[in-house]
Amino acid sequence: MEHQQCFHCGDSCGKDTILFQNKSFCCNGCKTVYEIFSENDLTCYYDLQASPGSIPKEIQGKYDFLSQQTIIDKLIEFDDGKTQIVTLYIPHIHCSSCIWILENLHKLNSEISTSQVDFGKKTVRVTYNSKTYALKDLVLLLSAIGYEPYISLDDFTTGKKNVNRSLIYKLGIAGFAFGNVMFLSFPEYFEVGEFWLEQYKPLFRWLMFFFSLPVVFYAAQDYFISAYKGLRSKILNIDVPIALGIIVLFLRSTIEIILDLGSGFFDSLTGLIFFLLLGKFFQQKTYAFLSFERDYKSYFPIAITKIFNDGEEKPIQVYDIKKGDRLLIRNEELIPVDGILINGKASIDYSFVTGESETISKKSGDKLFSGGKQTSGVIEMEAIKTVEQSYLTQLWSNDVFTKNKDDSFTTLTNTISKRFTIAVLSIAIIATTFWLVVDASKAMNVFTAVLIIACPCAIALSAPFTFGNLLRIFGKKKFYLKNATVIEQLAAINTIIFDKTGTITSNKKSTATYEGDPLTTTEEVLLKNTLRGSNHPLSRTLYDLLNEHDILTLDAFEEHIGKGIEATHNNDNIKVGSASFVGKTQDVSVLNTTVHISTNNTYKGKYTFYNSYRIGLSKLFNMLKKNYDLVILSGDNEGELENLTKLLPTKTKLLFNQKPKDKLEYIKYHQTEGAKVLMVGDGLNDAGALAQSNVGIALSENVNVFSPACDAILDATKFNQLYAYIKASKSAIKIIKYSFALSFIYNSVGLYFAVTGQLAPVVAAILMPLSSISIVIFTTIATNFLGKSLE
Amino acid sequence: MSVIYILLTISIIVAIAFFIAFIFAVKNGQYDDSYTPSVRMLFEDELVKDKPKQTIKTNKD
Repeated sequence: MEHQQCFHCGDSCGKDTILFQNKSFCCNGCKTVYEIFSENDLTCYYDLQASPGSIPKEIQGKYDFLSQQTIIDKLIEFDDGKTQIVTLYIPHIHCSSCIWILENLHKLNSEISTSQVDFGKKTVRVTYNSKTYALKDLVLLLSAIGYEPYISLDDFTTGKKNVNRSLIYKLGIAGFAFGNVMFLSFPEYFEVGEFWLEQYKPLFRWLMFFFSLPVVFYAAQDYFISAYKGLRSKILNIDVPIALGIIVLFLRSTIEIILDLGSGFFDSLTGLIFFLLLGKFFQQKTYAFLSFERDYKSYFPIAITKIFNDGEEKPIQVYDIKKGDRLLIRNEELIPVDGILINGKASIDYSFVTGESETISKKSGDKLFSGGKQTSGVIEMEAIKTVEQSYLTQLWSNDVFTKNKDDSFTTLTNTISKRFTIAVLSIAIIATTFWLVVDASKAMNVFTAVLIIACPCAIALSAPFTFGNLLRIFGKKKFYLKNATVIEQLAAINTIIFDKTGTITSNKKSTATYEGDPLTTTEEVLLKNTLRGSNHPLSRTLYDLLNEHDILTLDAFEEHIGKGIEATHNNDNIKVGSASFVGKTQDVSVLNTTVHISTNNTYKGKYTFYNSYRIGLSKLFNMLKKNYDLVILSGDNEGELENLTKLLPTKTKLLFNQKPKDKLEYIKYHQTEGAKVLMVGDGLNDAGALAQSNVGIALSENVNVFSPACDAILDATKFNQLYAYIKASKSAIKIIKYSFALSFIYNSVGLYFAVTGQLAPVVAAILMPLSSISIVIFTTIATNFLGKSLE
Repeated sequence: MSVIYILLTISIIVAIAFFIAFIFAVKNGQYDDSYTPSVRMLFEDELVKDKPKQTIKTNKD
């Protein structure tokens, strides 16, 4: 009975179950949401999915900044004075019930006319009457029903995003032309000398010509541009032979129909471009709900409350914060700038920044760094820097963030294509010279035929389809990659660097050892009961670690915030907390988190908390050590050194006290020495290192919450599978090499026809799609087979 | 046999009409979200079925 599930959010209700209409709720918030829905006939919400909701958060005052016109203007998409349209990002969207309730917002408030959910992006686009209903009201309504939108500084700066749909257009055009040209060239394949077909041949041919125009000049333009860029920087990339093939195909076909020599190769031409674009499209798997480009802006709020000299509190934009401004930070709000705490009890959670989830207490006069989240009540602080100059945000001024990693990487395909292009050109020249001697009339024919048939369609398709498919398989296994190049880079890695807190340790500190005089049973009972009353994270952890005991009613209980707790029961007094609080003067080990205990004013001992390492860490490192250099770069002190040396292979390098910049420099230095670095990190403090490394993987406990800019996001539960992913990437490279071999066979067959001067359009029309399709089938089957080996 | 001109014209017009329809569909963002519509189309029926006007509920507090 005790562990009933909340009807609204599905959490375990515990002892404080609220019964309402025969349904149990875990808290008043959930009950209120249910009430709102049932009053508006929206209980269907609960029929679609069991307990789909979330607990509405305390948001008082949080969205006051939404009443400022300048901020509203930046957020809304459309405004004609009467109607406004806004797209809000709501992280909680996760099931069909969410879609249903959010698309029925108009039933909750008649000022809302329509709302449309994009499930993949987790956004809702709302149209409402702005005369009677403000953006703030909408946000408050959404928050009240447990769908609090996430509004960050990022929304403020990016403005409206343009979706690039050109690839779909190009694919559509190529597919359209390909289909039509195929139909039109069908009669010619059979070379039936039928009278009427002969009669209409020119018409058919010219139609094909016109269909191929948009394909060559629009759909294929990326290949020309890329080939031109490649040639200019003296690189023979794969697009060079492709572009050459397309040009030759088009010119020869056009000349053929003008001079009435034959039907040309328009079918092969359009088919080729269609398949190539299909490969591009397939490779372009994106995870709409993930972002790989986040910087601090995605974490930071748009506005913060400023206290003016006359005591007035007004929200201002964070970019407008000046040195010396007094700011009010509410519970659960993020500190946007470096500053000094003026008053209030600061308990700052820096988990965004460091991955360390334990809060840090500060007292007035202490320095506060930006990026922390206040977790207990309201504080006031004075800004000493602006947003861009703060300790954390400064990192983004480093130029690694403006560099594009892909540019400096030569892909396998491009490596092959260099030799391939040279080989094809030599064959073409040799064959042409041969025919010039033997039969000069055929020379030009052979030259173009070689270039046409050698057009490396199959080679160009191998990588996109292999990587594209593996990308999807990885995605299903909760390893999300930014793009296909990451797989290639991952396969080339030789050094792996890990962050410590939050990466190789899990977010919760769940192991503790006791040192000191053993506690008697009564003391232990008392300790457990004392901890019961406290909400401090360490108390909660320790409470969970201790054995079950009877519940006592304490005679006195007092919590001294930032120090510890004190309780009395039957003349037994207990103090739990910091060393000074329990009356111990010298503290030996300052490196680890400790909780000290004294009973009746005699010091008993202390609990030392250790990071609990992720499951399978040792095993993973032992597997990796054979092939990779392993390094741990930690921003923390050396408190865990001993533990780590025991746990990890001896050759693992351990470096502590690394600042975000140090991590970046460390990677940079080793890269100049030839290291190909994989960085695994989690917090914003790793952002620089993730950007500098060849592959940066952000580990995330919940992929829907934010992770810093990176090349890949790995779900924390799959951390021990890291080696399997790297191995799979290496196998993918092998698959590509095999499919290269396969396509060389096709090319040799085709070249035989071409060199001997007997390349008929029908041969090209069969050979090209055949080679492309068989490559697609081969790579798909092979990668799926590969995917089976992943857990 | 010159009917082929008419047939060709019609077939190309039809093809181009569909092609234009495709371009417009892409332009209007129909291909931007390929998941939500598949869920959305299932709602309406359930909603009507499950909506026997709620009995008066005991109000809050």
